[in-house]
Amino acid sequence: MTTHAEPTSVGDHDDHQVGHSEAGVDQAHIGEKAADWVDGRLGVYGLAKANLRKIFPDHWSFMLGEICLYSFIIIILTGVYLTLFFTPSMGEVVYHGSYTPLNGIRMSEAYKSTLDISFDVRGGLLIRQIHHWAAIVFVAAMLVHMMRVFFTGAFRKPREINWLFGFLLLFLGMFDGFMGYSLPDDLLSGTGIRFMEGAILSMPIVGTYIAMFLYGGQFPGNDIIPRFYTIHVLLIPGIMLGLLVAHLILVFYHKHTQFAGPGRTEKNVIGMPLMPVYMAKAGGFFFLVFGVIAMVSAIASVNPIWAYGPYRPDQVSTDAQPDWYMGFSEGLIRIMPGWEIRAWGHTLVLGVFIPLMIFGLVMIVIAVYPFLEGWITGDKREHHILDRPRNAPMRTAFGVAWITEYIILLIAGGNDLFATHFNLSINTITWACRILFFVGPVIAFTITKRWCIGLQRNDRDKVLHGRETGTIKRLPHGEFIEVHAQLSPEALHTITAHEQFQPMELPAEVDENGVKRKVSLLTRTRAKLSQSYFGEAAQIPKPTPEEHAEITSGHGHH
Amino acid sequence: MTSQDNMSEEHLPEAHGAHGGELAVHGDAFADPGLPPHEHRRTDIDEHAAARAERQVAMWFLLSMVATIGFIASYVLFKPGPETGNTVYIFPLGHISRLNFSLGMTLGVSLFAIGAGAVHWARTLMSDEEHIAERHPIEATPEVREQVFADFRQGAKESGFGRRKLIRNTMIGAMAMVPLSAVVLFRDLGPLPEKKLDSTEWAKGKRLVNMNTNEPMKASDITVGSLTFAKPEGVEESDENFQEVIAKAAVMLVRMQPGDIKDKASAGWGYEGVLCYSKICTHVGCPISLYEQQTHHVLCPCHQSTFDLSDGGRVIFGPAGHPLPQLQISVNGDGYLEALGDFSKPVGPGFWERS
Repeated sequence: MTTHAEPTSVGDHDDHQVGHSEAGVDQAHIGEKAADWVDGRLGVYGLAKANLRKIFPDHWSFMLGEICLYSFIIIILTGVYLTLFFTPSMGEVVYHGSYTPLNGIRMSEAYKSTLDISFDVRGGLLIRQIHHWAAIVFVAAMLVHMMRVFFTGAFRKPREINWLFGFLLLFLGMFDGFMGYSLPDDLLSGTGIRFMEGAILSMPIVGTYIAMFLYGGQFPGNDIIPRFYTIHVLLIPGIMLGLLVAHLILVFYHKHTQFAGPGRTEKNVIGMPLMPVYMAKAGGFFFLVFGVIAMVSAIASVNPIWAYGPYRPDQVSTDAQPDWYMGFSEGLIRIMPGWEIRAWGHTLVLGVFIPLMIFGLVMIVIAVYPFLEGWITGDKREHHILDRPRNAPMRTAFGVAWITEYIILLIAGGNDLFATHFNLSINTITWACRILFFVGPVIAFTITKRWCIGLQRNDRDKVLHGRETGTIKRLPHGEFIEVHAQLSPEALHTITAHEQFQPMELPAEVDENGVKRKVSLLTRTRAKLSQSYFGEAAQIPKPTPEEHAEITSGHGHH
Repeated sequence: MTSQDNMSEEHLPEAHGAHGGELAVHGDAFADPGLPPHEHRRTDIDEHAAARAERQVAMWFLLSMVATIGFIASYVLFKPGPETGNTVYIFPLGHISRLNFSLGMTLGVSLFAIGAGAVHWARTLMSDEEHIAERHPIEATPEVREQVFADFRQGAKESGFGRRKLIRNTMIGAMAMVPLSAVVLFRDLGPLPEKKLDSTEWAKGKRLVNMNTNEPMKASDITVGSLTFAKPEGVEESDENFQEVIAKAAVMLVRMQPGDIKDKASAGWGYEGVLCYSKICTHVGCPISLYEQQTHHVLCPCHQSTFDLSDGGRVIFGPAGHPLPQLQISVNGDGYLEALGDFSKPVGPGFWERS
């Protein structure tokens, strides 16, 4: 559990004696006394013993989660500042302020206070931009972090629950972002709120009721901004903070995963200690992330609400786009044909309701994948060594298919931008996206799977025949060969460390008494899936030490 | 613990790391060779290199201090606001706010430098020796498991929860009902929908008022090929409920050659080729604003639903599910355009109660 605790870091034991009152107590003594005071009340030494020198493995991809954590902290810090100046009210005022183009225009207090933050509060614009940029980075980092965890299989037991926590953070983060950019009540975000009304109205039976309750009456009403405000600054961040703490506690409790390598096993974790290396590296990384976001906010304008104008339900701007993380839902709504079923005095607005459902489905699929894979493999063991994506071709192919779908929907969500920027017909782009919605993931899946298997084959060749050196040798009888170099023992171990499952076999059709066995549909499905995951077409058998010995013992030339 | 699974687990591979950690055995070329020996960095063995690294780290921290002073100076010296005097030209960004640029860059540098200093310190001067920590299985030992189960059974037995069914059932009932109060409390979030979505502010005899000039319109004001936005007479921007009213009542007027109108019923609802349609998209309610005068198509800029105004507002492309509702208009005695009633269908997006 603990690491090599340095005995030198433990202080002089004399300090603990009662009545110790030496003149000129040095700093270490004061520090220890303070620590003793805290420990006597909170019992922190047990926690510190386990964690001060806790070992974290090193890999560049492990910092993706840190970006999420740090951008979340930045969002909270800047968000608290913004609340000091923002007025979450839809009460109407006539603007007379420093942004002269809008003088005399009617607008909500929410919009006016956002203008004031941008033009009258010194640094207000910067904090607004940092807040918005950090939100963009936050969701992006969560998605990429999740991909890292997905493609390396880090979600496997014992980390499935932490995967769910992460998924909920992504889901809530997206919606809090949506509500956040809706708060200024500008023309662009108001259009997003109107879109939300339309989406809610499409829900059968309950749609109109939910819409009336949410907006406090007919659209837009006077309630949606103050209600979003409470949800945006209190409710969702509160839940997210709780999830985040739980997420981090589990990371500490499970200890970090590591890639296979010399000395690394399922039963250990190899790396450098929290104090001092990761305190400095991870702590420093917070400042790097914050610094970069601050510099981006200094030069790149995001959400210039003064250019859009205040919201009016009868006005709109072209190129209306949500923030990027809502783009895929925008894509879903744009490529869906306008299906409506009207019967018995009712309307079923499938053209909006189906995209709404698919939106949920696209998200849920990520949440449940670990459980699906766990069911297929039947694996109940703990996993702390990460997979290389190539060694799990089906999982990798599935992940790439998901990303492909996501990107196609992002493109569909910006079909007007693609049309105007590339001078294409919007109808063509929309139709292409409609087709790609179904075909794209399949193509991506197939290519990725084959690619992974190709890489596995390549690994096998490297292990058995060594690495190509690029050196051409001419043999005495005239033949040219390329010299292959044996891999180092470290590389050999790393490449062959992964495990390979055997596909599940169904029991024989009839049992020993010749009676036909009943095999449930679920079992048969599981066997089929297992076959597709681990059958002959899904993995190249990794070389055995015997094969390697046989080939290398002959002679080294090939 | 024990697998409840009815299937054989023979297909599982051998537990990973079963042979891990062992030293390379002769014959198994893939065996774990163990953690390679630690290699010293230059700063570990060369005191001059270490001193140089220390100076570099200190330089980063100094830079941060300077940038913070720059931040405070910018805050005091530069003015906020959009006036041209407050902008600065930065290639290739163009004219941007001087205050925002200087505050952001100095804040960014002051933060980044702390991070860079700390990371450089960690990478050059802190020990990079790798340590090994053991992992322990998360699952409890069978003894602990038994103890927990026994404790639980003991507790459950002492509570009498399973035996005293009356207590159990009434408690479950009470717990199930108490959240109902919370649900009821949300009733006053808003009114019931009733028929609110079915009607708009339009009514028989209401004149069409130009949205820009705020003047009632005559048919002669509308030229062929133009697109004009209008609102019902008596609706003012300063009205308390203006946003809710206009969210449904906004209309657009187009004029086409009567011969171009394909839908004859639709032509009859207009006046001398002037047709009045709802401006609210039937997809999810965006205001429609892009008019192609040659084809009489209007396009919603949000999701590209396209409607043919010469053909009764029919959807010809995009995700909208039904035609744009048309408002029946005529002229009154003074020659002003007026509505002959409300829309015959609810405007805007579809909903369950819409017939």
